[in-house]
Amino acid sequence: MTTTTLDARPMADTGNEVLLEAEGLKKHFPVTKGMLISKVTGWIKAVDGVSFQIRAGETLGIVGESGCGKSTTAKMLLQLEEPTEGTIRYQGKEIRNATTDERRAYRSSVQAVFQDPWSSLNPRMRVRDLIAEPMVINLNLSRREMQARVSKLLEDVGLSGYHANLYPHEFSGGQRQRLAIARALSVEPRVIVLDEPVSALDVSIRAQIMNLLKDLQQEYRVSYLLIAHHLATVRYMCDWVAVMYLGQIVEFGPTKELFQNTSHPYTKALMNAALPSHPDIEQEEMILTGEVPSPLNPPEGCRFHPRCPVVIEPCSTVIPQVREMAPGHIVSCHLY
Amino acid sequence: MSTNTAINGNPVVLQVEGLKTYFETRWGTVRAVDGVSFDLRKGETLGIVGESGSGKSVTMLSLMRLIPSPPGQIVDGRILLEGQDLVQLSDKEMSSVRGSQIALIIQDPMTSLNPVFSIGNQVGEAIKIHQDIPKRTVVQQVLDVLRKVNIPAAETRVRDYPHQLSGGMRQRVVGAIGISCEPMVLIADEPTTSLDVTIQAQYLKLLKELQEASDIALIFITHDFGIVAKMCDRVAVMYAGRIVEMGNVRDIFNNPSHPYTEALLSSVPKLEEDVERLYSIEGQPPTLHDLPSGCPFAPRCQYAMDKCSQVYPSEFNVTDSHYAACWRLE
Repeated sequence: MTTTTLDARPMADTGNEVLLEAEGLKKHFPVTKGMLISKVTGWIKAVDGVSFQIRAGETLGIVGESGCGKSTTAKMLLQLEEPTEGTIRYQGKEIRNATTDERRAYRSSVQAVFQDPWSSLNPRMRVRDLIAEPMVINLNLSRREMQARVSKLLEDVGLSGYHANLYPHEFSGGQRQRLAIARALSVEPRVIVLDEPVSALDVSIRAQIMNLLKDLQQEYRVSYLLIAHHLATVRYMCDWVAVMYLGQIVEFGPTKELFQNTSHPYTKALMNAALPSHPDIEQEEMILTGEVPSPLNPPEGCRFHPRCPVVIEPCSTVIPQVREMAPGHIVSCHLY
Repeated sequence: MSTNTAINGNPVVLQVEGLKTYFETRWGTVRAVDGVSFDLRKGETLGIVGESGSGKSVTMLSLMRLIPSPPGQIVDGRILLEGQDLVQLSDKEMSSVRGSQIALIIQDPMTSLNPVFSIGNQVGEAIKIHQDIPKRTVVQQVLDVLRKVNIPAAETRVRDYPHQLSGGMRQRVVGAIGISCEPMVLIADEPTTSLDVTIQAQYLKLLKELQEASDIALIFITHDFGIVAKMCDRVAVMYAGRIVEMGNVRDIFNNPSHPYTEALLSSVPKLEEDVERLYSIEGQPPTLHDLPSGCPFAPRCQYAMDKCSQVYPSEFNVTDSHYAACWRLE
């Protein structure tokens, strides 16, 4: 299995400890037919063998189009989906075998910030209670300590203590996203999963939130797993980038290396399809035809071959081997 | 991306003069569009850029005369489409113009198509309303227009319902409805925000080809400078209901003259290079019902002077075809 799917674990050592590790992670959803006596007619392979590491204080970005499995991967890390196969290790310990207490500790160490701050905050709770809620469950604090922490968190995310008495509807989109970040930080997590944290916000607000996330990373030494589809955002935010296609990682590497020496044809196509930052930037004409095939019945051989512009003979039959292009930069493609 | 000079010789098809659209709400009058003027030539692409609440969508709805009234109303200004003032038309006259001479591609193909009618039916509706032609010809035209937007196997697809199509295909159908009557002006309101990047690239390319094939004047409503860089000849940047800067796309990118444009451009991460730290505009866009008397951007502006908070700046020319409303240019 390790030869067929890209294993993004052997990274160049940056000296930071490995916090969270995924190995051969798979999630297959059954497709059923019939209402009362249902029969499984197929499997949607949403995530099909994904491995990576998240190190302390670093940001790993996962990019890909809708349906590539990036959100399902995040859900598995958040324990919202049980993996079909594969393991998740936190600080070297496998989560599947963890005791109830260890699982609880894991849940508070891995927090999430979601895309849409209009639906991720309970409209009937005051900000004070919203931010304190994870602490009530996970930390044993007195009322006064809790108040003090809420005020400190609000200030850390660029709001003020008096905001604690308000309700979510009294805030703008950017401020709400700040609240969601404060809430995620409240239990001192080591990893925060950021699922498209800025794409629902106004352009002038996005930079505020991205800069805030970077500052908080320094201050709290927290790691991020950033799920995004906007490549420029990933370039700005991430230390490592994994490109996913149809449930698998096709290219992985340090951000700078990956953006300068893009190797996989799919990554190249994504870069070409991304919008330029200046009208004078000439883009290579490499527009992908067709759409992402159904994960119910992924293509044989390399999963990208039906859309690939540089397809060669073995692509349609043989699963490509993984090759290291530069330290830490790995690609799964027959061209190399 | 073609700022070709040939367009400058083309006739003006749309001329908007001092357009004001206000809404009466219980918090007072919201001046959503407050004196917007621009013109558009045949075959030209104009980008209207702004954040939510900047008035870009209300401008678009005013051009289509689709402002819900009450509470909204076009209180002043003229919209001249080939010399005909759309503001003065009766509702009945407007409905013969809407869709045939000026058409719209809406943002969300999930909600802008009716789920209970086949796509052939929905594309054909626009053709039937505006052209008095026999049924067989309508069917033929529907197929032609679906082929124009590169829908594969159009003969079988006409009978499909929206839910049977993917997001990219649905957006193509919405595009097909937009061009079905060969309009002079086509307005695209964030047509690609719900699409994946590779599908977005396909769709933008298609729009460009359609425009070149029949010399349509295109207005792109967007918040994304990337789309502007790729698609537009000219840009209008809107803030709080007014155009604060307008010019050729290269002028705007190379020499942004309004602090808001400058700040927006430097707050976007770049795909092509590493940026150490993005510039971030502090504060938030203003609420439109109690705008300050001066420049509405002044509270967030890093160059703000005393004058800025008192008097709304006039428009100053940077070059012949590039102006900005900012006192720094005085």
